[in-house]
Amino acid sequence: MRVSLFITCLADLFHPEIGLAMVTILRKHGVELVFPGGQTCCGQPAFNTGNWAEARSVAARMLDVFESSEYVVSPSASCTAMIREGFPRLFANDEALHARSETLASRSFEFIEFLGKVLHVKSADARFNGRLTYHYTCHQRALGMTTEAEDLVKSLQGVTYIPLEGKERCCGFGGAFSIKMPDLSGHMANDKVERIIETGAEAVVVNDTGCIMNISGALKRRGVPVKVIHLARILSGEVTAP
Amino acid sequence: MNRETELTPRWDFGAATRQSLRNESLAKALFRATAKFDDGRRALMAALPESDLLREKARQIKDDVLQHLDRYLAQFADSVEKAGGIVHWAKTGDDANALVASIARERNVKRIVKAKTMVSEETHLNDALESEGFCVIETDLGEYILQVAGDRPSHIVVPAVHRTKEEIAELFNTSFGVSLPPEPAEITKFARARLREEFANADMGITGANFAAADTGTVIQVTNEGNGRLCATWPPVQVVFMGIEKIIPRLEDLPVFLKLLARSATGQPMTVYTNLITGPRREGEGDGARELHVILIDNGRTAVLGSEYRQSLRCIRCGACLNTCPVYRNVGGHTYGSVYPGPIGSVLSPLYEGRSRFSALPHASSLCGACYQACPMKINIPHMLTAMRAEQAERGDNHVLERLGMRLWALAMRSPLLYRFGGTALRWGMLPLSSEGWVSSLPYPFSGWTKRRDFPLPAKKSFRGSFKE
Repeated sequence: MRVSLFITCLADLFHPEIGLAMVTILRKHGVELVFPGGQTCCGQPAFNTGNWAEARSVAARMLDVFESSEYVVSPSASCTAMIREGFPRLFANDEALHARSETLASRSFEFIEFLGKVLHVKSADARFNGRLTYHYTCHQRALGMTTEAEDLVKSLQGVTYIPLEGKERCCGFGGAFSIKMPDLSGHMANDKVERIIETGAEAVVVNDTGCIMNISGALKRRGVPVKVIHLARILSGEVTAP
Repeated sequence: MNRETELTPRWDFGAATRQSLRNESLAKALFRATAKFDDGRRALMAALPESDLLREKARQIKDDVLQHLDRYLAQFADSVEKAGGIVHWAKTGDDANALVASIARERNVKRIVKAKTMVSEETHLNDALESEGFCVIETDLGEYILQVAGDRPSHIVVPAVHRTKEEIAELFNTSFGVSLPPEPAEITKFARARLREEFANADMGITGANFAAADTGTVIQVTNEGNGRLCATWPPVQVVFMGIEKIIPRLEDLPVFLKLLARSATGQPMTVYTNLITGPRREGEGDGARELHVILIDNGRTAVLGSEYRQSLRCIRCGACLNTCPVYRNVGGHTYGSVYPGPIGSVLSPLYEGRSRFSALPHASSLCGACYQACPMKINIPHMLTAMRAEQAERGDNHVLERLGMRLWALAMRSPLLYRFGGTALRWGMLPLSSEGWVSSLPYPFSGWTKRRDFPLPAKKSFRGSFKE
């Protein structure tokens, strides 16, 4: 099985350790990995702000870069949703590009989704010694994901799992939303942080880089020492304690 | 589209947001109510094994109606007339208001009681009737409170959700010279007694319609307070004020919608009162209005029907998207500045009240998708919001800095070399602003981020620099 890694621009630049953790796990499952070097961003910042001409030009490149991929796996539900839902919309009026975007969409998976759907991983072969909570990132909704990641978190050896109140409520990131509606976005981030503090957990699992930046940034501003961790880093054995 | 509102200044959603976020009593009232309804909805929908099938069925029925709206409307009008009712057609909100006024004038009506109808908010019916000298009384408790206060609804289903019981008791005490405690039961008892008199003295009742069956001409109206039934049956004349999208093909389709509506709206299995009204009172019947008028209102709906926003016409005004929306829950309905607040309002307001005036609303969402998941009619609100943003950008109605920034960004993202250079430059640019890997103050236009959060410094070595095949 050959997997093309789509690391996403945010993980590439801000949290490369997430991508590296994903590499460790996929290799453990005997998956052959390639990293198409031409990849940059999925185009979501332009798409979400309505600048579809720019989004189209970036998305069209993505179609080229991942043209021959068997599977495309990304540590982000948000960027995967962009490929699956956004690309076909961007190319609705171009038959050839639309067909190619549908093909890419059918081959693209979010990492946790891929573990479950393709590699049939049902429980975690890893441990975490500490109190852990979990935030459900919004774009999992768009991918039809429900409790896949939470089930894995619960199955970690040694973990004390504490559910987060309103775990499925948006943390307020929303890409450009965080810049365009800063008061609202910051308020939502703080609301999320307060719920996290209430759990008494030492770390929170968040599986999307944008949300990680938002939640960890809000925790940092308030001087709260709760760690924000992508599940891949626990599953890979890189992180075993807060 | 109303030309007048197009010319009025743009709604400053950002400023309204800041003001609402400072209001702590609003936050308390909002959180309590929306959490109760949203949790109730989730619990009841989860307990209904066929809820997904029902939603799909409801979507199909409404899509069929919208596809053949002309035919169904004609059938509905025929059925109403066969049952003895009188049908009126209104192209605009002003036309609709004028029709009500002329019906009232011809019958020498003085006092009008009114059940909750959102379309009458849309057309500003009360203002129109009052300016012609009619006395109009809202009889839904929430609407009544707002009428006494000179306020307007902030929620589609629970219009006074932004007011606490303490505020309402104080409002009644000062307005009516009484001394009510801040107890919902006491407040309600007082309002009920006053409203009884209004029903008894009214010459005309105005109601909305939640649904209208084309095959029988039946108008269906649900309420929890029974005020709708009194408006429909006590005064001698009833006027049904309804948007043309409320049609369902057959009366037998009704259960599909009733099962979804109350569950989605307030987390109830059924509303307390469900009224099915087919024509006026007939010979030998003990109640019902002597005269029934149905006003079918377009007010921009046919334009939406022919657009990419058609699915918004499936909306049954349950408010589930408001209750579940993290934005609405934090800022409340008035922050949207329009008749319809929340996620669906962010679609409807630009469409019906002016794209330019409400150009900020399609951006009042983090696109989290909670609304789409909650919607019993499967309306893909995030899709419509992004489509509206695209429409704005296409006609140049976005910030010049954003346009420029996006062009530069796309240029960099099309070239891996420029992308890598950009990543390095970003790190070096941010390094002097940072301390221990975090930046606590970013320059404009990114300063919004660091108002309440820190921003991480890019990693020393990117993934592409670290990965080995």
